[in-house]
Amino acid sequence: MTTHKGKVVELESAVIRFAGDSGDGMQLTGNLFSDSTAFAGNDFATFPDYPAEIRAPQGTVSGVSGFQIRFGANDIHTSGDRADVLVAMNPASLKANLKWVQSNGIIIVDTDAFTEKNLAKAGYETNPLEDGSLNGYLVVQAPISTLTKEAVKEMALDNKSAMKSKNMFTLGMVFYMFNRDYKKTFSFFEQKFKKNPVIVEANKKVLEAGYHFADTLEVFANTFKIEPAPLNKGRYRNITGNLATSWGILAASERSGRNVFLGSYPITPATEILQEIAKHKQFQAISMQMEDEIGGVVSSIGASFAGALAVTSTSGPGLSLKSEAIGLAVMTELPLVIINVQRGGPSTGLPTKSEQSDLMQALYGRNGEAPVVVMAAKSSADCFYGAFEAAKVAMEHMVPVILLTDGSIANGSEVFKIPKVADLPEIHPPIVKANDPNYAPYKRDAEKLSREWALPGTPGLRHRLGGLEKEDITGNVSHDPLNHQKMSYLREEKVERVANYIPDLEIEGDEDGDILVVSWGGTYGVMLTAVEELRAEGKKVSLAHFRYIKPMPKNTTEVLSKFKKIIVCEINLGQFVNVLRMTFPQFTYRQYNKIQGLPFMVNELKDQFNALLNE
Amino acid sequence: MESKIQTQPVKLSKEDFESDQMVKWCPGCGDHAILRSVEAVFPVVGEKLNLNKEDFVVVSGIGCSSRFPYYMNTYGIHGIHGRAAALATGIKVANPKLNVWMISGDGDSMAIGGNHFIHVARRNVDITYLMFNNRIYGLTKGQYSPTTFKGQKTKTSPQGVFEQPFNPGELVIGSRGKFFARVVDTNPKLMQKVFIEAAMYRGASIVEILANCVIFNNKIHGDITGRDTKADNQLILEAGKPMIFGKENNKGIVLDGTRLKVVTIGEDGVTEDDILVHDPTTEDAGIHMMLASMMTPEFPVALGVIRATPFQTLNDAVWESVEHEKEVSPYKNVDDLLNSGNTWEID
Repeated sequence: MTTHKGKVVELESAVIRFAGDSGDGMQLTGNLFSDSTAFAGNDFATFPDYPAEIRAPQGTVSGVSGFQIRFGANDIHTSGDRADVLVAMNPASLKANLKWVQSNGIIIVDTDAFTEKNLAKAGYETNPLEDGSLNGYLVVQAPISTLTKEAVKEMALDNKSAMKSKNMFTLGMVFYMFNRDYKKTFSFFEQKFKKNPVIVEANKKVLEAGYHFADTLEVFANTFKIEPAPLNKGRYRNITGNLATSWGILAASERSGRNVFLGSYPITPATEILQEIAKHKQFQAISMQMEDEIGGVVSSIGASFAGALAVTSTSGPGLSLKSEAIGLAVMTELPLVIINVQRGGPSTGLPTKSEQSDLMQALYGRNGEAPVVVMAAKSSADCFYGAFEAAKVAMEHMVPVILLTDGSIANGSEVFKIPKVADLPEIHPPIVKANDPNYAPYKRDAEKLSREWALPGTPGLRHRLGGLEKEDITGNVSHDPLNHQKMSYLREEKVERVANYIPDLEIEGDEDGDILVVSWGGTYGVMLTAVEELRAEGKKVSLAHFRYIKPMPKNTTEVLSKFKKIIVCEINLGQFVNVLRMTFPQFTYRQYNKIQGLPFMVNELKDQFNALLNE
Repeated sequence: MESKIQTQPVKLSKEDFESDQMVKWCPGCGDHAILRSVEAVFPVVGEKLNLNKEDFVVVSGIGCSSRFPYYMNTYGIHGIHGRAAALATGIKVANPKLNVWMISGDGDSMAIGGNHFIHVARRNVDITYLMFNNRIYGLTKGQYSPTTFKGQKTKTSPQGVFEQPFNPGELVIGSRGKFFARVVDTNPKLMQKVFIEAAMYRGASIVEILANCVIFNNKIHGDITGRDTKADNQLILEAGKPMIFGKENNKGIVLDGTRLKVVTIGEDGVTEDDILVHDPTTEDAGIHMMLASMMTPEFPVALGVIRATPFQTLNDAVWESVEHEKEVSPYKNVDDLLNSGNTWEID
């Protein structure tokens, strides 16, 4: 095979964004490129950006589906600000995504799709491929649709089926650009379309055609290579946040010996957790798709009473519906994990976009004094540990735990070092032995203040729980004023004492300096990248990223006290910053907030921090 | 599945289930009689199903009836308004060895909990569901419920209720429920018989209890339960027996075209052979629905087990699937799962 490869340019990292109509298979294309990136040994992070509609009006800007991946020869914590390469399958996807492309970036377009009709649908008055508006970019124009049809013309394939594989043509082109072995993707086709050998063959042919087209036509002046990242020894996989969350729960089940019971209801962007747990009955993990969000959480509380590792998964509007029931779990002091994959709100809001705006709801969104543990996973892979820890804390402390993730990390993916379940912490739920003469329903552990878990069916431990206030120790219904005050304090203190069992707040960077950047939840990757880049420039900036919000780590005051300025960055109007102001009023907090349904970008953060440094 | 349940036969008594808590229902409330009947049947059910006293769980929602778990000495949970069916579903599916009883009222089941009610029936979760229907909100002191009759004046319907009421039996059958029975709080013998049948039935056995609220809706079921009127206004159904009722025991139900009709045996040439024979087990719900719908004064009210059709329970379906997946799944433990699919090794 002759190759026309020019110079191979070595890069530290690169960002590619695949964009097309929501039916064009861009998510699949992105995922296949991610798999190939994994095999190439790079570290990476991905970010899908898709509309709420399954098939929004074809060819329109609102129907554009995107998938961004950043991969590199070093640690990658974010899916990247702007794309080095944009693949745009039609005018609408170019229009929607041009603002995300580096000023000198490469844009690959399917010229066949730039028809007058499609240009009009996208709102272009003139053809951007001809009017000079793309000057400054390297635009690779390829008649992708025609070439795809050409590649499969000898096969008995109708036009529609043939067109469905055009995304593989672009994948072939991108594989060529980054010197990837395209044959590794063949096994995926064989798996995915195993009932339809013609489709397997067609996808292979189109992928190969794209690769060779890029090669023989010398469309790229040079190709790129990114060395493998120096990852620690071990076995790795690509994982999305929702998958990691599900598996973290399953691992906690195995480690605790408690069957999973997930009572849930489909809601974007949390549904994949219900779907995933539903696949794993072999682990005695039960999922119930209940009639509504309330049925989901309440069935889980029932299962918790019966002795299961009880979980409910949802997103913001669903958390609102579950509020009253979470109060029941607070009062009955039963373990319950509530996974809230945050999305844009209020109301239906932006279902497919990400936000961190449910923090106040998680902390306070119930009637009465109803404290629960609130924690937040920091990345797609960390969702595994977040879910595992949430389950451990819920069961060992007999308390509801709200685990906050968000649409970005739930659907985004990153490289995950696969742990061994036996190496994860042990989980010891306080289950009462049969006929324990000292058992009392609301007798508490002296250290944790948790009550014990007496499972129905166990001889000698019959008792009644419920939403009415409980008498200390006995658990009998009580309207006594002083008892209510005492129990209110006990429930609060039980949650606060979880702080004795969680890790200290870590500081990325020096322990003192000019600016402490504070963040929580799914923004970790971009925050860390911004802070690391500033530190590389010699600036005295450090990052404190919170995973536990209630209770906060015990060293929080100490960490906050060592810096001249504190800035709290959140994808909301400033919820955590206000929790900090309330909890540690001795410090002054600046805040940086963004609420556009989009993640932070490294550069915008650096600009903020630089401005603060220069004040 | 974990099992802490002993299997040796045990002899249980009524006293095993009596609570030491003070029962705080109003004097004269129908709920007292229901409580006594439930206490009486638990030992019988325990013996029939070889259960320990610890295997019973009593679950409830909110309302007068829902204080029930506190008045029984069993494992129990008093939930939130309307959601007891979801609680019970979680308990039963998580541990199918437990014998789960659910207590609810007409407001709890038909209004705020309507969604859970129809779905627990549809899913056929193996629980015994006692729905106390006093056609009023008692604990909040006298507002109309979804079973209050049209036109009745209550605190929230001073001009009379504008809405038509639900008939719980129709709702159960309309939700493809497989078991529905109806009893009155004034007939402990019938209550106990039906509660035992409901507990023995594998599936969601929903029993409507026409209960009297002595304070806010006194004698609302008076024409059905009254000493002088009950014989003519109650049809007590028994499987395999003709549907005969009345003071003289000479009235019966026949199928007239597509409708039920009350006839008198010995009049117009009607003989006992013309009277419908009750079959609660037919899958076809046609007659069951008509029986559940019968109301005074045109008809007697049907009591006893109206419908009891065999059908797979949800908990059985789930756990059979678990057993099957254990055999066929390639994943024996979570490590297998974590390492499945595309993975790669860094040396």
